[in-house]
Amino acid sequence: MTMRTITFQQAINEALAQEMGRDETVVLFGEDVVGGSGAPGEDDAWGGVLGITKGLYGQYPSRVLDTPISESAFIGAAAGAAASGLRPVVELMFVDFMGVCLDQIFNQAGKFRYMFGGKAVTPMVVRTMFGAGIRAASQHSQALYPVFTHFPGLKVVVPSTPYDAKGLLTQAIRDDDPVIFLEHKVLYTLEGDVPEEPYAIPFGEAEIVREGDDVTVVALGRMVHLAAQAAASLDGVEVELIDPRTTSPLDLETIVESVENTGRLVVVDEANPRCGLAADIIAQVTAEAFDSLKAAPRMVTPPHTPVPFSPVLEDAYVPSPDKIAEAIRATTGSPAPA
Amino acid sequence: MIEKLGMPKWGLSMTEGRVIEWLVDEGAEIAAGDEVAEVETEKINGMVEAPAAGVLRRRVASVGDVIPVGGLLGVIADAAVPDAEIDAFVAEFEASFVPGEAEEEAGPAPEVADGIRFIRFGEGGEPLVLLHGFGGDLNNWLFNAEPLSSERAVYALDFPGHGGSVKEAREPVEALRAFLDSQGLERVHLAGHSMGGLVAGELAASQPERVLSLTLIAPAGLGPEIDAEYIDGFIEASSRKQLKPVLQKLFADPDQVNRSMVDDVLKYKRLDGVQDALRGLRERLFPDGRQARTLDLSGYPGPVLVIWGERDGIIPASHASAAPSRAHVEVLPGVGHSPHMEAAGEVNRLLERHLGLVRSG
Repeated sequence: MTMRTITFQQAINEALAQEMGRDETVVLFGEDVVGGSGAPGEDDAWGGVLGITKGLYGQYPSRVLDTPISESAFIGAAAGAAASGLRPVVELMFVDFMGVCLDQIFNQAGKFRYMFGGKAVTPMVVRTMFGAGIRAASQHSQALYPVFTHFPGLKVVVPSTPYDAKGLLTQAIRDDDPVIFLEHKVLYTLEGDVPEEPYAIPFGEAEIVREGDDVTVVALGRMVHLAAQAAASLDGVEVELIDPRTTSPLDLETIVESVENTGRLVVVDEANPRCGLAADIIAQVTAEAFDSLKAAPRMVTPPHTPVPFSPVLEDAYVPSPDKIAEAIRATTGSPAPA
Repeated sequence: MIEKLGMPKWGLSMTEGRVIEWLVDEGAEIAAGDEVAEVETEKINGMVEAPAAGVLRRRVASVGDVIPVGGLLGVIADAAVPDAEIDAFVAEFEASFVPGEAEEEAGPAPEVADGIRFIRFGEGGEPLVLLHGFGGDLNNWLFNAEPLSSERAVYALDFPGHGGSVKEAREPVEALRAFLDSQGLERVHLAGHSMGGLVAGELAASQPERVLSLTLIAPAGLGPEIDAEYIDGFIEASSRKQLKPVLQKLFADPDQVNRSMVDDVLKYKRLDGVQDALRGLRERLFPDGRQARTLDLSGYPGPVLVIWGERDGIIPASHASAAPSRAHVEVLPGVGHSPHMEAAGEVNRLLERHLGLVRSG
């Protein structure tokens, strides 16, 4: 195992490059993933709006394709390509654009296996960025993973570290079901240790980020890091921080086992609170481990509003380490420091 | 004479350690090599040994303190040295010590030759090559490689399918032979742990002229029994929860296995090709939960040292009786399947003495 430090963004690029090298049925398409159609003499200059696919066109020119600005067409094309033998990885630039291509995702790709009696596989990956924090306003900042999690037939991945991003994207590409792979845009520059060699992380296995006996905190994506800050700031409260990594399948067993030990649960979710992941996890854990609970579970989420554009309001909107720490303290009954 | 008892550096990535327990009281007489304190690092717990004989005059670090590599744990001196001098020594050390300076002499980095990753400490002398066990890698020698390198080059390598080497189920003894050739190592001391012991023994049996001495640490190849649950569990575990109890079988004290060790092994096991390579090795070496290969060292004339942990739960220490009758056998009490980690100081002393036999004899 040869470790080195790279960014979240490089980890994603490396997984794509290695899987394209390993399997020639892996193809990439989306808006500007080459470099922007028609960019004169500048093929591959951009590699996507944030440069995530940079360099791949140069290595695999026949398998990296720029598409028109028509999500309904190219996501649908990916579903068809997957059902007929390719392994497409498509880039939906912002998850906020899912509205125009949702039929192709949940009503087509997500149901092929079921409706064709298990005879069809749909190995497609939709990579898409999500999340607030970069002043991109309501139509480019949402955390819509609960929507995809709601649909049976889709697998949903929300990585929080460079190591997980590479291993989970590798697994997503090798998986025979449609996978929605959600990349938090604030994490792209996050650095971490990643092996050079290819590896896959199985879906449905939560990562226990830190161990503790007092309170179980569940967080996803960027929230893992904010929850870790909150946990580190608390004296005398030992937090067990769990990152489910995939919301579908969800590793409920690891969360329930932890709550059976701690008796307390806080779920941090960047999605809106109604019908969100926090509500879902709390409901399931409460049903499974009611007798172990020593306090009412808490959810830390944004308010039920669109993401504001005002920087002041956007900062107040996203769950903060302070709010997470407050919720943790509330479950333990310990007062906030004066 | 005032001696510093410093935080040791075990392995390339260690920058600090936490004092878990003092094993010696202030004012107690100690001999060089005595275990004085237990220290926890990110990777593993280990024993700090006294660098010199004397009285432990001062325990500068308290239990729970995190001390950087090279930092002051305590002070050893004769009983006759006045307290004022001890105080002055501590004050001067603390005024001048810069954490991290020790790190800059970080030492060698691993290299790769023909798909085999290795690391070399020291140079010259009669080289010693360290061979890890099934599922291990060169980092398993973190307590041994550097300390043994003062008088010789010490190599530690990753077998194929392991660590940073190619992920193929290549025959390990052929890989070792090719490695020695590639490094121009004509005659070497070999020390192997578990599967590595079997491989070392196989090379010694097939090319006795090439092996100056042989050290077998809880080796495979001396009897049919092996804990099949360990081998199968190691290969199949896919989560930290499954892997931890498997790794705990390697040690007499299960607390030696910490999070970071489990994480490292899990990350290694996820690499493409590892699972298949390990299954391939299991097929060759331990099919049906039994050891398939038996070492025949009757044709090997060199010195043989066998070290076993009395509480080895993977390969029973009773196999030591199958070692050649002229072998020097040491069974260490209270130690499990990993004597080179669990009783590193003792193993290093035994090895040092054993390697010296060749030179003097």
